[in-house]
Amino acid sequence: MTETIELHVLGAPPSDDILLDVRNLRTTFHVMDGDVPAVDGVSFQLRPGRSIGIVGESGSGKSVTALTIMRLLDIPPAEVGADSEIWFDGKELLRMPMDSMRKLRGNDIAMIFQEPLTSLNPVFTIGDQIAEQVEIHLKVKRKEAWDRAIESLKLVGIPSPERRVKQYPHEMSGGMRQRVMIAMALSCEPKLLIADEPTTALDVTIQAQILELLKTIQDRTDSALMLITHDLGVVAEMVQDVVVMYAGQVVETGTVEQVLLEPRAPYTMGLIESIPTVDKRGGRLSVIKGTVPSPFNLPPACRFEPRCPYAWDLCQKVPPELYQTDKASQFARCHLHTPAGENRRRAALDIHEKAMAVGRDMRGPG
Amino acid sequence: MSDPFLAPNAEPAPEEIELRAAEAGQDYEVQLQSLNQWQLAWRKFRKHRLAIVGLGILVVLVVAAIFGPILSPFVFNDIPKPDKAVYAGRPPSLSHPFGETGGLQRDVLQLVVNGARTSLIIGFSSMAIGVLIGTVVGALAGYLGGFIDNVLMRIVDVMLSLPLLFVILVASQFFGNGNVLLIIIIFGVFSWMGIARLVRSLFLSIREREFVEAAKAVGVRDRRIIFRHILPNAISPIVVSASLIVAGNIIGEAFVSFLGFGVNPIYPTWGNVLSNALTFIPVGNWWWPLFPGLAIIMTVLAVNFIGDGLRDALDPRSRA
Amino acid sequence: MPTGPSEASVTPPTAPPDEGAAAERPPATDRPPAADRTAGADADAASAARQQADDVSDSKRRVDNAADTEPLLRVTGLKKHFPIFGGLFRRQIGSVYAVDGVDFDVQRGETFALVGESGCGKTTLGRSLLRLTEPTAGKIVFGGQDISALSQDELRPVRRRMQIIFQDPFGSLNPRMPVSDIIGEGLLAQGVRDRKKRDKKVEDSLEIVGLRRDYTRRYPHEFSGGQRQRIGIARALALDPEFVVCDEPVSALDVSIQSQVLNLLVDLRRDFNLTYLFISHNLSVIQYFSDRVAVMYLGKIVEVGSVERLYQNARHPYTVALLSAIPEADPRRRKKRLVLKGDVPSPAAPPSGCRFHTRCWLYEKLGNPERCTTEEPQLRVLETGHTSACHFAEDVSDQTVSQVVATQSVLETAVADPV
Repeated sequence: MTETIELHVLGAPPSDDILLDVRNLRTTFHVMDGDVPAVDGVSFQLRPGRSIGIVGESGSGKSVTALTIMRLLDIPPAEVGADSEIWFDGKELLRMPMDSMRKLRGNDIAMIFQEPLTSLNPVFTIGDQIAEQVEIHLKVKRKEAWDRAIESLKLVGIPSPERRVKQYPHEMSGGMRQRVMIAMALSCEPKLLIADEPTTALDVTIQAQILELLKTIQDRTDSALMLITHDLGVVAEMVQDVVVMYAGQVVETGTVEQVLLEPRAPYTMGLIESIPTVDKRGGRLSVIKGTVPSPFNLPPACRFEPRCPYAWDLCQKVPPELYQTDKASQFARCHLHTPAGENRRRAALDIHEKAMAVGRDMRGPG
Repeated sequence: MSDPFLAPNAEPAPEEIELRAAEAGQDYEVQLQSLNQWQLAWRKFRKHRLAIVGLGILVVLVVAAIFGPILSPFVFNDIPKPDKAVYAGRPPSLSHPFGETGGLQRDVLQLVVNGARTSLIIGFSSMAIGVLIGTVVGALAGYLGGFIDNVLMRIVDVMLSLPLLFVILVASQFFGNGNVLLIIIIFGVFSWMGIARLVRSLFLSIREREFVEAAKAVGVRDRRIIFRHILPNAISPIVVSASLIVAGNIIGEAFVSFLGFGVNPIYPTWGNVLSNALTFIPVGNWWWPLFPGLAIIMTVLAVNFIGDGLRDALDPRSRA
Repeated sequence: MPTGPSEASVTPPTAPPDEGAAAERPPATDRPPAADRTAGADADAASAARQQADDVSDSKRRVDNAADTEPLLRVTGLKKHFPIFGGLFRRQIGSVYAVDGVDFDVQRGETFALVGESGCGKTTLGRSLLRLTEPTAGKIVFGGQDISALSQDELRPVRRRMQIIFQDPFGSLNPRMPVSDIIGEGLLAQGVRDRKKRDKKVEDSLEIVGLRRDYTRRYPHEFSGGQRQRIGIARALALDPEFVVCDEPVSALDVSIQSQVLNLLVDLRRDFNLTYLFISHNLSVIQYFSDRVAVMYLGKIVEVGSVERLYQNARHPYTVALLSAIPEADPRRRKKRLVLKGDVPSPAAPPSGCRFHTRCWLYEKLGNPERCTTEEPQLRVLETGHTSACHFAEDVSDQTVSQVVATQSVLETAVADPV
């Protein structure tokens, strides 16, 4: 963004132990048919070395959130809210001049995308691509950059890196390319690694390889990880904290144990109930009725209300905030967690319990 | 609205909550009206301003081409002022809005309007022939594949290597001077190859699409697959191509007529009017080549804009 | 020659139209009405419990009956090779061995799953069964009749009994055709000439899958992914098939829609006594939904057994790795996974001997036994109903697995593949 944002006084920078602080992020796309509020008031924090999962289905706004943090969006048609702030390592990103942002990108914040074939340049060898990045960011000579490239390939477990480094992206398999992407992302030892659906396009055994690799490397380099995915299994494996998004808003936050084992937002509850697992064998899967609302036709108050099995008339009148649930660090955007929803909440949790117990008889003990 | 958090905490009965959870919900209602694809296409076309302009121009030209020659027929032997041949023509005036030609002092407007009829007929008819042949050839090659495909495509290659101009020269010589039907046939026969290749590649790709496989899985026969599945999905690129062919053929005809090998001067076309006008440009008869030339440009632009509009309108992926 | 499906063969359960159904609580003693299959509904707790009981006993019954009768489908020696052309004269220089010698049976009423990753050939196998792709070799016996050599015309009446649901809800429907034609043209092709009959059948099919009867005039682009998938299911059902190949029917759908469609498939299975061949790469869905599973790798079946058997006691190193790789949505079950080395070999150049040996953890653990590189293992019976194609299947146990997991190095898992 080249214009300075007026009319908004920046808040105070976050404390030193917070690496990424997203405050009230709003990203709107202006398209022919109207305005799409892709991200609408999203806030969360990430400490150094920790990992957070952004979970949501298509249309939830999770990828747009990452792209906004990286400032990879074209500003028209995208527009970021005037009172949105993104603090990284003590600096505010949205108002930074683009040059400084470019220095950060690849260096302090790195991103891995879903489909490595399209994110790697097909006409350059992978060695060239990694080395280029190293040269620019670490200001070293070509030879040293090349050596570092080979090192980083070794780091991600690619055998014969001296040979591989001269190959082109299309000569490698999907899993290998994703390793290259990870190598590129880590070549400058970033403080934050953003991974947008890094394993969705991969087979499950390759996915296992890549996830184990990410875990090992994260341990070793102590980078923070922001993992964006729709796969709750991947989230359970990889992260400590979870942010659940629906239709552009955060509907639940908490630790991964809290959100996946004891969800408190009806959307999350529905999602978890509807996952087919061997435990539910013989029973009927719970269903979230309806479909995600069109961004041009959002429900007036709670965006999940038309699909919510527990909604009542309040939900059509007053948009819910993120309320604290019965656990201190878990928040849900649902009126059930207000005094007005007290009794309904108990009934709702009951129903959720029963839905999760489906099929248990079949499994028997153990 | 009172503060909902202070509202009396109405105790909903447990059954009520369960009921809500059990409610037979609706399919999430479809917002779009049910338009078939032609209505949708028209809607999208309407949004394309240039295409509408093009359509307007074309309509004007077609009307002129139909009614003009009725109102003001061109008769070759009917010379307006036999006794007063002048060298240079006269510029546009009230009685002759496009001016008069040199030599025989014909009314340029009459020439343009009559020329429109011939040129447009040539353009559209030759396109029709080309599209018909091309679609049949391309469909056979694409659907049947193998030997037939090979043979047909080699024929296309041969045809593409023949020079159109040369053929017209030769045909002109042998089959008499500038028979309009002949010109139409020749242009038709030389414009089907592009369509054939296009249709062939469309058939090859659409044939692999899952809905074709699905149709086969329920037992649908080949004939229906070609006509109800593949062709309707191939229509849009064909239509767009066809519109470009019209433009190309109109220019082509103008070009050969300009060179003198085209339509017999008994029937005016924009091309042969331009040809006659050529020699008179040095004496300043700007109106004589200008109006036929403008007519050609307008037609070609109009057809191209319509083609653009059609391409967007018929693309199933673009939004209405 | 059969003249087409009889009208009386399908009576959809009476159902209130899905938009007004609100107040009617499903009576606890009846089967849940069709309204439950709409995108919205879900049976309430009591009915769900009953549902659960039905499905449990159904599944048991299905598996028990399995051994008794003639299989509905018997496949022997099925192969599908795709030629690779190259060189100056476009000669065949090789083949992709997509399916390379597969044998299995499917019993009437069961749900038989095919699981595997990309390149294993499961999709090609599904297509070959219906002869949408012509098999290169092998025999397919359906309902006692050998259909492998029938002409397309002879095959047509058989097609009515074996149908397929595709993966891609966007690509499998012709965008230029209204729903009535999409669903109805199968009936037309099968000889149902009476327009009224066809229309009624089309509307009935729509209702069975939980869509409105008046959707017949609409076009695919007006529907969401989940609804389109239902239309595809309606298309398959309109012919009253006995056997349905489900080719990854929920993989392209959002998670919250997947369960809607899965529930629908469960209901249809019960109401119409369908036999499914369920193809998927997602083991969780298969474990939830199927009775028996065949695991495929590089064109061959490496293990077959009931879902429970495989889950508790898998006997092929690949199956073990596959199970280990499934990420479960339960952070308490975070485990160290068994990670396979390298990438899947190309189906055009399968490894010698056992195709899996290049990535096999057991091969490595046992010190690279020569047998694995020279002799291709055949499927052999380990217990009733459980077969495995591994020379050392007996050595596959939880113990060996945990030993391997403890010592594996995550970073050395990318083996140099022959590039």
